[in-house]
Amino acid sequence: MSAPTLDRPAAPDEAALQAHFDAVIAAGHRIEPRDWMPEGYRQGLIRQIAQHAHSEIIGMQPEGDWLLAAPSLRRKAILLAKVQDEAGHGMYLYSAAETLGADRADLTDKLIERRQKYSSIFNYPTLTYADVGVIGWLVDGAAICNQVPLCRSSYGPYARAMIRVCKEESFHQRQGYELLMTMMAGSDAQRAMVADAVDRWWWPSLMMFGPPDDDSPNSAQSMRWGVKRHSNDELRQRFVDMTVPQAAVLGVTLPDPELALDPATGRYRFGPIDWSELKAVIAGNGPCNAERIARRRAARDDNAWVTEAATAYASKHAA
Amino acid sequence: MGHEETVYDALDHAHGGEGQWAFGTGFDDPLAGVDTTVPEGIDPADLGAYCLMLGDDALVLCQRLTQWVTNAPELEEEVALANCGLDLLGQARLLLARAGSVGVLGRSRTLATDPVPDEDALAYFRDPDEFRSSWLVAAPNGDFGQTVVRLLAASAWRLALFARLRESRDPVLAAIAAKGVPELTYHRDHAARWVLRLGDGTAESHRRAQAGVDTVWPLLADLFTATDVEARLAATGVAVDPAQLRDEVRGVLTLVLERATLTVPAWPAEQPSRGRAGEPGPELTALLADLQGLARAHPDAVW
Repeated sequence: MSAPTLDRPAAPDEAALQAHFDAVIAAGHRIEPRDWMPEGYRQGLIRQIAQHAHSEIIGMQPEGDWLLAAPSLRRKAILLAKVQDEAGHGMYLYSAAETLGADRADLTDKLIERRQKYSSIFNYPTLTYADVGVIGWLVDGAAICNQVPLCRSSYGPYARAMIRVCKEESFHQRQGYELLMTMMAGSDAQRAMVADAVDRWWWPSLMMFGPPDDDSPNSAQSMRWGVKRHSNDELRQRFVDMTVPQAAVLGVTLPDPELALDPATGRYRFGPIDWSELKAVIAGNGPCNAERIARRRAARDDNAWVTEAATAYASKHAA
Repeated sequence: MGHEETVYDALDHAHGGEGQWAFGTGFDDPLAGVDTTVPEGIDPADLGAYCLMLGDDALVLCQRLTQWVTNAPELEEEVALANCGLDLLGQARLLLARAGSVGVLGRSRTLATDPVPDEDALAYFRDPDEFRSSWLVAAPNGDFGQTVVRLLAASAWRLALFARLRESRDPVLAAIAAKGVPELTYHRDHAARWVLRLGDGTAESHRRAQAGVDTVWPLLADLFTATDVEARLAATGVAVDPAQLRDEVRGVLTLVLERATLTVPAWPAEQPSRGRAGEPGPELTALLADLQGLARAHPDAVW
């Protein structure tokens, strides 16, 4: 038998497996961890789920920076519970990635070595307490628009994790909005903080949906595999349509002079997004990229002795 | 698909009425609906002062544990330490609200504006020398080893106390203690498991855990000598004389340390508590600067 070559046709059993996989996807059913799946599907999902898990973990930092200084005990309790939920989301998602054969420690190393990405939104600083509210309202709001369709992801463990994540995110979004409502009813200084935070986070929130559809290299295959359900631009539009009326209730002005309702479609038109900013932040040149990664690196390296001790203790007491 | 549509619908309803956005965030007045009448024969000033001691301990230790969030060794530990912090924050809120309900607010009530609830007036508008937390909880975290040794000591003490306070003649304090007992049992056991792993793990973890023990032990001196307030309240069945907790706490700590192959240091010479006497030390002062800075910068704000 000759050595296998790359262009050799798939073995008949593999073709049958592929046909079965395609039929499951076409029927809108779910792929489970022990099912056969194409290697590209597996690797693509690991990449997507890991990036999502990393985003939850890095996303603890911008708001976590206000944990010690939260201005009331009630707000401190809300924020601590929220940041704790994010750690929990990271855990479910890493577990979902592990069902595909990935290893959490290895994924963490890839994050720290910048071989895997996380949502670029978390590279912006939180300058005032209003940022905590705006992250809840806009950033969590955008995340939910992105994530709700993933509850129907073709990969079972990811879909199930996302149902729980979305419920909790939805709660966080309400809490963020409620904080902003309270601040808008407070002092002039508080209203100014909210206006400033909305100005800073609006455009980065729109960038959370990723590049425009005509410049999104992985989207087409992800849509075919049922890993992604709606295009970036479609979700971005949905978010804008949802958010503009909320801004009106809140009494804040979104920083886009071109924002206007299109009477023909009932949807909001918005101004051009500065994609060079997104590219720069993804390339590592956002305001906080280095700081975010440095904190994860320190948590891993400074505490390596703790993990080693736990492993040594477990093996001593395994008998 | 049902689920997807439901979630989007819920999000979309925001402009239908802002009221429902605040629905369910539920962390309001911690003593809402509770009868806060002080029973006959209990001095409200003493009761309030005692609630401040216990509330301040919880608030300060919460702040210390929170410093680990985003810095912990494992994600599981981020969750666990945040959880202990949230429990303690809940206890602090109840105890500070109890102090406020019996009128022990001092200067803080005049510094904070009217809409600021009592719990926040007490947490954010007292100066360091008005705090009554013990030096055990105010001490810096040190490394993870020192952190879990301190958590073990602080929760063993507090659990022994709360178990007894369930019988307090103040029904509010008794209820707060009853709620706290299962929480503190978890904190103590979680910390004890880590002390075992670190003490009996690697040579380095043993060395670090022992260093943590040696740093934490002298701070135990601050906990077991009754203040006048504690002595008076203990005599009337409201509080517990902390000297009565010594044997139990010492027994728990000794048991864990011996199992963890760690050396149990000599019991420190007990002395009148510096923390309870309003001697804050530089560490508490720095901790309170972080806690209070924003709230004090905007005394007329509502959060």
